[in-house]
Amino acid sequence: MERLEILKTYKIFIGGQFPRTESGRYYSPMNKKGEALANMCLSSKKDHRNAVVAARKAFGSWSERTAFNRGQILYRIAEMLEGRKSQFVEELVKQGATAPKATAEVDLAIDRCVYYAGWCDKYQQVFSSVNPVASSHFNFSALEPMGVVGIIAPQTNSLIGLVSTILPVIAGGNSCVVLAAEQLPLCAITFAEVLATSDLPGGVVNILTGSEKELIDAFHAHMDINAVLYAGENDEHARKLEEGADCNVKRIIRYVGGLTKTTDESPYYINDFQEVKTTWHPIEHVGGATSSY
Amino acid sequence: MAKNKKSETVDKKTVIEQSNELFDFNGVWDYAPSPEGTSHVKLKERYDLYIDGKFVAPSSGKYFKTVNPATDEELAEVAYGNEQDVDKAVKAARVAYETVWSKLSAKERGKYIFRIARLMQEKARELAVVETLDAGKTIRESRDVDVPLACNHFFYYAGWADKLEYAFPNRKTQALGVAGQIIPWNFPLLMAAWKIAPALAAGNTVVLKPAETTPLTAMLLAEIIHESGLPAGVVNIVTGYGDTGAAIVNHPDVNKVAFTGSTNVGKIIQKAVAGTGKKLTLELGGKSANIIFEDAPIDQAVEGVVNGIFFNQGHVCCAGSRLFVQESVADMVIQKLKDRLDTLYVGNPLDKNTDIGAINSKAQMETILKYIEIGKNEGADIYESKCSIPKKGNFIRPTLFTDVAQSSRIAQEEIFGPVLSVQTFRTIDEVIQKANNTPFGLAAGVWTDKGSRIFNLTTKLRAGVVWANTYNKFDPTSPFGGYKESGFGREGGMHGLGAYLKFER
Repeated sequence: MERLEILKTYKIFIGGQFPRTESGRYYSPMNKKGEALANMCLSSKKDHRNAVVAARKAFGSWSERTAFNRGQILYRIAEMLEGRKSQFVEELVKQGATAPKATAEVDLAIDRCVYYAGWCDKYQQVFSSVNPVASSHFNFSALEPMGVVGIIAPQTNSLIGLVSTILPVIAGGNSCVVLAAEQLPLCAITFAEVLATSDLPGGVVNILTGSEKELIDAFHAHMDINAVLYAGENDEHARKLEEGADCNVKRIIRYVGGLTKTTDESPYYINDFQEVKTTWHPIEHVGGATSSY
Repeated sequence: MAKNKKSETVDKKTVIEQSNELFDFNGVWDYAPSPEGTSHVKLKERYDLYIDGKFVAPSSGKYFKTVNPATDEELAEVAYGNEQDVDKAVKAARVAYETVWSKLSAKERGKYIFRIARLMQEKARELAVVETLDAGKTIRESRDVDVPLACNHFFYYAGWADKLEYAFPNRKTQALGVAGQIIPWNFPLLMAAWKIAPALAAGNTVVLKPAETTPLTAMLLAEIIHESGLPAGVVNIVTGYGDTGAAIVNHPDVNKVAFTGSTNVGKIIQKAVAGTGKKLTLELGGKSANIIFEDAPIDQAVEGVVNGIFFNQGHVCCAGSRLFVQESVADMVIQKLKDRLDTLYVGNPLDKNTDIGAINSKAQMETILKYIEIGKNEGADIYESKCSIPKKGNFIRPTLFTDVAQSSRIAQEEIFGPVLSVQTFRTIDEVIQKANNTPFGLAAGVWTDKGSRIFNLTTKLRAGVVWANTYNKFDPTSPFGGYKESGFGREGGMHGLGAYLKFER
């Protein structure tokens, strides 16, 4: 007798847990052949709010981790991803990619994780400055994460766009709430399983599946989201985000093109979700002493 | 040498003896008036728009009056630019960008900006006097802070013009095109410098709108720019009201909008710019925390708190309007603050003894008085300086509120006037939470003797600028700008260039 395959239930990822959507709703994305991929959670605004709460809770301790430690964890993500490579390739193929293309995408995603792991303790040095002010102060400008970042992942690919948007955001110490590609959502939830086993604290990354159209307003209207990264293709949605961002002066950043190219990686993607903080620290000024010791 | 020293000690002694007779140290000192001369300043009766290298009348033919807020006297008439004028200015800026400014070598571009800086330095005294007349700020401040900083800002960014590739490693930069800039009335000339200098250095052309209550120094700057020989259309200055500013924001051929002003207007602009692809930077309001720990040098801290909130009549976006004092020293600090408040001079801004000048406008005065009423009604304890204030003009006594609740409107909303709200705290965790409990995030001050505590707090306070054992310090090399609802983008320093460039990855 043939063994009956165990099918995976794809759930969402909030605060390090895998709950079903509180709404109990589902949707069934199809691949190009018209086959249903799975019953995915059709996340609600309440799920979105729960995810923001989890992200805010995680932000403090994540941003205060040492840069070195964040780098270690991001590298661990690459290791876990490598170990599950075949699973991702399988899902990409199921979603309609050819096997060589799927393999190339997974390879690129893994390498991108390693790339950003390396940046965790370097971008600060590249983008910070010591400012030679005309007074007796040690004045420096350093980067700090913006806080909770909403991410609407590229809709045109499943894995590489997801990794390319999440990794620079968390490398910089932010936490995030991510909406996966609506029609290509399988890898996003499997990637959540990778994150859950990578020593990444729960809540740093939260991943929802569902409708961009339904949730777009939640992203710009939520008062506890500091910035939104829009990597979708819908100009109307991008405009909506920018218009609604005035409620708490959100930073809205848009990437186009799906971030699929090997060149779509740079520390400037980290910089996009950083604030510049300038500190004026006093320097004791003792009369008579000069630097010509 | 020895001889000199001896005679010095003798002199000092006699001076002290004499002064003991002359002054009553128990009361408030009185100074003889020491007004800055204004005879060298010749204001025109009427100022036109500066468009395409020419001073032109507004197309509507309308002018508005600008007054000295300290005396209510009319200073001059200023052109009221409308949509048509803005369109003319943007077109001139576009043509100048396409045909002249973007074709010029970066080195030559920089040399023009250097030249503007030098001309401003030459005319520094005139600029300072006019700034004081038009804005009501004290001459000491215009002369020692606003004008030198404005000159230095041009000088600083001039040098960046041919060095942009060093500011953004591994990236090609490009100017944006035409920058539309709207500035507030609290630092009229300085804000013009903060906007124009980096825009030009990055290779953009500019349409700038000064605030309606303080247009004069911007027009003097237009004359300086004209004198510098800057190609026509590179800088255009259009005076007017909010509708003039809206015309700049909404003009389809503007590539960049830079705004400094209130959070409310900033939000309107953010909405207006949505979906247009215009690059936007906002420098908005604040409710910045100034924190005194028990180990702080208290007298220095009190002086710093006074500077933090009463500098420029409190018309400062980063004003330290929320004071947090550690409980163990709160009584002493508050007493010292009240004593210091009583010795502040409020009056003629042109007088070099004056500490606090005139409130910028009648409208702002009403806003501040409204908040003072709100504070009283909310149950906070008010203390107003006992000083006398002039009968004419817009003046408000320096005011502080104690026993202020965290939820109180005077602790949450920006007043933009000489009103301080005082709260206390016990632990560091408590004060960090209280300080961060605001939608704003522009600046903060920390007063402590402990260096490690300074660094601890500077990393935990969610604000763009943190001053330790000082407050309201500015420098062209030092990036300035906010977190959260205090806006985004930085002005000053290397980071300030990013606001005026686009990047090819």
